[in-house]
Amino acid sequence: MDALTLSRLQFAVTAAFHFIFVPLTLGLSMLVAFMETRYVRTGDETWLRMTRFWGKLFLINFALGVVTGITMEFQFGMNWAEYSKYVGDIFGAPLAIEATAAFFLESTFIGIWIFGWDKISKKAHAVSIWLVAVATNLSALWILLANGWMQKPVGYVLRNNRAEMVDFGAMLTNPYGWLKFGHTVLSGYVVAAFFVMGIAAWHIIRRNEIDLFKRSFRLAAGFGLASSILVFIVGDFHAAIVAQSQPAKFAAMESVWETQKSVPYNMLVVPDVEGERNSVSAAGVPGLLSFFAFHDSDAEIRGLKSFPKDERPPVLATFLSFRSMLVLGIAFMAISLAAYLIARKDGLESSPNLLRVMPWLIPLPYLACQLGWLVAEVGRQPWIVYGVFKTSDGVSKAISSGQVWASLIGFTLFYGFLGFVDIYLLTKHSRKGPDGILPATARIA
Amino acid sequence: MEFQIIWFVLWGVLWAVYFMLDGFDFGTGMVHKFIARNEVEKRTVIGTLGPVWDGNEVWLLTAGGATFAAFPTTYALMFSYLYTPLLLILFSLILRGVALELRNKEEGEAWRRNWDAALVVGSFLPTLLFGVAFGNIFQGLPMDAGGYHGNLFTLLNPYGLLTGALFLLLFLVHGSVWIAFKTGGDISARSSALAEKLWNPLLAVAVVFLAFTAFATKLYDNFLGNPAWMAVPVLAVLGLVGTRVFLAMGESLKAFYSSALTILMVVFTGVIGLYPNLIPSSIDPAHSLTIFNSSSSPYTLKIMTAVALTFVPIVIGYQIWTYRIFRHKVTPEDTMKSGALY
Repeated sequence: MDALTLSRLQFAVTAAFHFIFVPLTLGLSMLVAFMETRYVRTGDETWLRMTRFWGKLFLINFALGVVTGITMEFQFGMNWAEYSKYVGDIFGAPLAIEATAAFFLESTFIGIWIFGWDKISKKAHAVSIWLVAVATNLSALWILLANGWMQKPVGYVLRNNRAEMVDFGAMLTNPYGWLKFGHTVLSGYVVAAFFVMGIAAWHIIRRNEIDLFKRSFRLAAGFGLASSILVFIVGDFHAAIVAQSQPAKFAAMESVWETQKSVPYNMLVVPDVEGERNSVSAAGVPGLLSFFAFHDSDAEIRGLKSFPKDERPPVLATFLSFRSMLVLGIAFMAISLAAYLIARKDGLESSPNLLRVMPWLIPLPYLACQLGWLVAEVGRQPWIVYGVFKTSDGVSKAISSGQVWASLIGFTLFYGFLGFVDIYLLTKHSRKGPDGILPATARIA
Repeated sequence: MEFQIIWFVLWGVLWAVYFMLDGFDFGTGMVHKFIARNEVEKRTVIGTLGPVWDGNEVWLLTAGGATFAAFPTTYALMFSYLYTPLLLILFSLILRGVALELRNKEEGEAWRRNWDAALVVGSFLPTLLFGVAFGNIFQGLPMDAGGYHGNLFTLLNPYGLLTGALFLLLFLVHGSVWIAFKTGGDISARSSALAEKLWNPLLAVAVVFLAFTAFATKLYDNFLGNPAWMAVPVLAVLGLVGTRVFLAMGESLKAFYSSALTILMVVFTGVIGLYPNLIPSSIDPAHSLTIFNSSSSPYTLKIMTAVALTFVPIVIGYQIWTYRIFRHKVTPEDTMKSGALY
């Protein structure tokens, strides 16, 4: 494999690994901040114990998110020097602003939060975790404005052999970036909600700290229900802007080959990439795909065949990722709704089946996040900046395939080890509960 | 003033502050085993970094981000030319961060011992490699129209290694002085003594470095043309002498400030000497990366200047506040009381 292929693989591996930790940080920081605020307001010790218990899991996850994030900033220069030279004038700005305006805030106040329990007032302590939560979400905004620019470049001119920024405001208000931000952050909240519900369910069924974990479950169920509905709505608008600004990606997401008006939404589709058609497309709702794309059931959708072959993204990967994400998204709404209704009626202890299944669902929102990024990044190919600059033109000239082989193997081994440590610690500490004691084995029948 | 010059100054400040702050983290990470006599003492020593190391490291990300935004061509070429050393720095920084955050997440001697070893490696390697990298930037990289003509081994030349040794000793002393002032009693006395012991080789390497710089680099040209700038290296030397004097007087806080001043001024000396280059070419001056031929457009620089001048003072403000909150000395008693925190 050449340096280009290897660099793409390495970016995919390191970005996907980084994004195991980011979504939980985004959502769990909010939940922990909420718990501590309740403690400061009410003085109720259970909220404090919740803050400490979930806070510990938050910190393990946070540490790995931070360290794997450094890789991303280095990699643009190391592996994608031609890209960085070409777009640095406009793309470097949001990254530098992220470090200055958000990352400093989160890294400084996390230290205050961990070590400041008896150094600052209760209120100031709660404020520091809110600052961490806001800063992580703000971090996401800047990164996604940067990614949004790669998807829908705005506010630039091509000059001096590169893309130069001429309108900072346009980049700042790029609707693509904001929709991506909303969709990504909300998906992180779903991850956190299922994480908390799953672990809480594991303890409730073992009759361990029932009050604390029922409270956690209720909070997470409400949070999960709201976020899973919102992530779906924002996702719909997101898909619409993809249809409008990245027609090839949209056509691949839905495996649409022919350009036509009033396109139905087919529940069952089997793409045949070789034959440039779908070998199966059934159970269609007339005009629905046109409606999804342009919020108009008569609208025309450009098919893949209208693009030259070398400007089409890998259809199967994009299509399957998008479909699977969609199915998962619908499932999250249904499960959260059921969990929320049961929790609200205080019926958790009499629903052992729900409690039993919830811990096994923890990985699913993580999977959905990864699939979403596959749609976003694979679907953008062959472009690194949609319509402006090809991925193959972006790779560094100074690196050899040997160097990238070595680094890719290094990352895979090192990250594999870190992933193992992370899962080990999270499992151990989540089982131990707030007092660091494993629950007894007696279960709710 | 032209925006390129403002950004050059900022670039220098970001690197200097980064090395001043993460320098004591690295130093502490390297020497903790030699200072602590038992587990509680070790937790105490490492505990001095707990609340601050993460915020310190962000200065590196900001320096990197600022290079990307203000001098994209330099960012692109520097990072791809120095691929392997940067990769090693990256792995070490990840290891260091994970070691600091996870060492207390499990009881058991082996767990902590392994992470402590990781902390030593993760502090030693970046220090050495940053030194080697900057030494090579000071003397210029072999680059011309055909790209880059070096590799990891050409970087390990005498001047590069000398700068690596200088960084190692600077941070070892800086870290020891930090521990001396952040702890009390025996631990403080031991790290103070270690700092004094390390100071002699530091002085020797610094003298050789200053002399060798005249032959290996063109850094002194700017000082000869503008002797007023000589104040900067003179301050570096004063800081170095001050560190030793204050250590002997038992004034560990003042010794720490002196050693911080030394690091700031050493970096500034190099940066002033580089101007207007960011990375000189050692084989073809026409292909040196300067602040003028590798910068972003004036529009971008103007916006980034506004961003930096707004946020950097705010960051400095709340970071100083953090150091004030945690200004107390860390003692073994506190460490025991806080249990799993360290």
